[in-house]
Amino acid sequence: MNTETNVVSEPFDSQGLAPAAISPARRVYWSVRRELWENRYLYLVPLGVAALLLVAFLFGQMALPHHRMRTVLALEPAKQRAEIEMPYQMVEGLILGAAFFTGLFYCLEALYGERRDRSILFWKSLPVSDLTAVLAKASIPLGLLFFSFVITIVTQLSMLLLSTLVVWGSGLSTAQLWTQVPLLQWWLELGYHLLTVHALWYAPIYGWLLLISAWARRMPLLWAVLPPVAIGFVEKMAFNTSHFANWLWYRVNGPDPFHFSGSDSLSATAGGISMTGMTPLDLGKFFSTPGLWTGLVLAAAFLYAAARLRRYRGPI
Amino acid sequence: MAVIEARGLRKAFGATIALDGIDLRVEEGRILGLIGPNGAGKTTALNAILGLTPFQGELRVLERDPWNERDQLMRDVCFISDVAVLPRWIRVSQVLDYVAGVHPRFDRVKAEGFLAKTSIRRESKVRTLSKGMVTQLHLAIVMAIDARLLVLDEPTLGLDILYRKQFYDSLLSDYFDRKRTIVVATHQVDEIQHVLTDLMFIDRGRIVLDCSMEEVESRYREVMVNPDQLAAARALKPIHERQAMGRSILLFDRVDRRQLATFGDVRTPSIADLFVAVMDHEAGRALAQYEGAHR
Repeated sequence: MNTETNVVSEPFDSQGLAPAAISPARRVYWSVRRELWENRYLYLVPLGVAALLLVAFLFGQMALPHHRMRTVLALEPAKQRAEIEMPYQMVEGLILGAAFFTGLFYCLEALYGERRDRSILFWKSLPVSDLTAVLAKASIPLGLLFFSFVITIVTQLSMLLLSTLVVWGSGLSTAQLWTQVPLLQWWLELGYHLLTVHALWYAPIYGWLLLISAWARRMPLLWAVLPPVAIGFVEKMAFNTSHFANWLWYRVNGPDPFHFSGSDSLSATAGGISMTGMTPLDLGKFFSTPGLWTGLVLAAAFLYAAARLRRYRGPI
Repeated sequence: MAVIEARGLRKAFGATIALDGIDLRVEEGRILGLIGPNGAGKTTALNAILGLTPFQGELRVLERDPWNERDQLMRDVCFISDVAVLPRWIRVSQVLDYVAGVHPRFDRVKAEGFLAKTSIRRESKVRTLSKGMVTQLHLAIVMAIDARLLVLDEPTLGLDILYRKQFYDSLLSDYFDRKRTIVVATHQVDEIQHVLTDLMFIDRGRIVLDCSMEEVESRYREVMVNPDQLAAARALKPIHERQAMGRSILLFDRVDRRQLATFGDVRTPSIADLFVAVMDHEAGRALAQYEGAHR
């Protein structure tokens, strides 16, 4: 900053300038980018987990004694398949699990952290509405699902490539390996699972966490978890019923395991049963579950309430 | 056209009344100093103007309702609420990118120009900058926004004297013109004396003084009076009296200069002295009213 009193070289004319309009999409785009700048763990956690697992897998492949590989390849098809599939399923489960919890953690922090560090006053000094800010934050866990999906695909492909090299290097047939790893089918099922369970069915959970994040003055985690648990206990004590607890369990566990067959493909395939594929029947049944729609309405209500609350809330 | 227009602006937090029905009108091209003790209602008034808090009464800022139209209003209004609101994790280049991304009136080249005069580096994170540099950064951003109203709430709090002086100097030389309006709330009164065009004192949610600086100069006079003339000077009803170097300094409101000149040199009081005088005067009046009501 200069201390001289130099005259401004060009005169401003605040009325004469017609500033280029900024589209709502562009505001959302920059709001999302700002979330990624602040919360780098969003992509570092899934990437880190994937990298770690890949290293572990590589180590396992390298250390695999030659005769053990022969034993595996000589097993009867069902057992052989389970043996080969196992690491792939683990990778899928761990990456998605990490991404899922990262998303929950993010939602709980998203509207609380900006009040705690007072930066909300800076964000509110810019022409971005509370709804835009909340929607940008709500899109993060969804984006994270897609990102972890891509990471899983890349990791599993790399694993297959590694295994192929190892098997090929030891002079065995790679055909057996390839037929036992139906990656394309898995990915379809994974995509289905992510879309139905993680994105749509769990939408009210993300919404609830964002709402608490906008509301709590301290300890958002406690506020998010304790009241629902307390309501369940109070109901049990007072009326000896568990309608609320059942309802809550339903929200977490889903309407019917059948719809979520993709979710625990590990256990479904461990016994040699092939995973239930994505069939039109599944989708039709899923989309006609009333619980899905009440959940989505609930999620929208939570997000709207979070945006309203953000307007009232200042630094804490 | 009035940039800010409030009638009966009121805000209570439970039993505490932060704003007790104030009327306010700020015209375009003015620099208004909002001055009051801690807890007087300055920040509450500014928060209402910025759409950060709901309120009772009428309030229009640039012909908008700030509470319901905050995001549109922020295209034409900028504010620095205090030194610590830039997010600590953000990089200088990122904050420029972000503001350029969401603000239609932000001129990035201009902001880079202001930053070039400082030692702030683009890749630095806000957390690594000193308090003074953070303020410089925030000011560079705000000055690069072609806004019509700039609101500053204790903008130089906690800064050393060099940064404080630079802050107001740049604001005047690089930013202010007759089409912009600035509202500054502070209790570091003396620093902004030469900057202001208008002055407003606020105490316990009420406006106790509202006038232009020209008016201050024409209304208020201060005379240092020798002890032997004190009784005669007091007869002219000074609003305040204080002691300095064994003599009394009396502050008068609307008393003829020639009449006062017989006691000594007449001068315009500083804002700080005027502030103390008006606050004491108000307190005395409130006490008299209280006693009158309870007699």
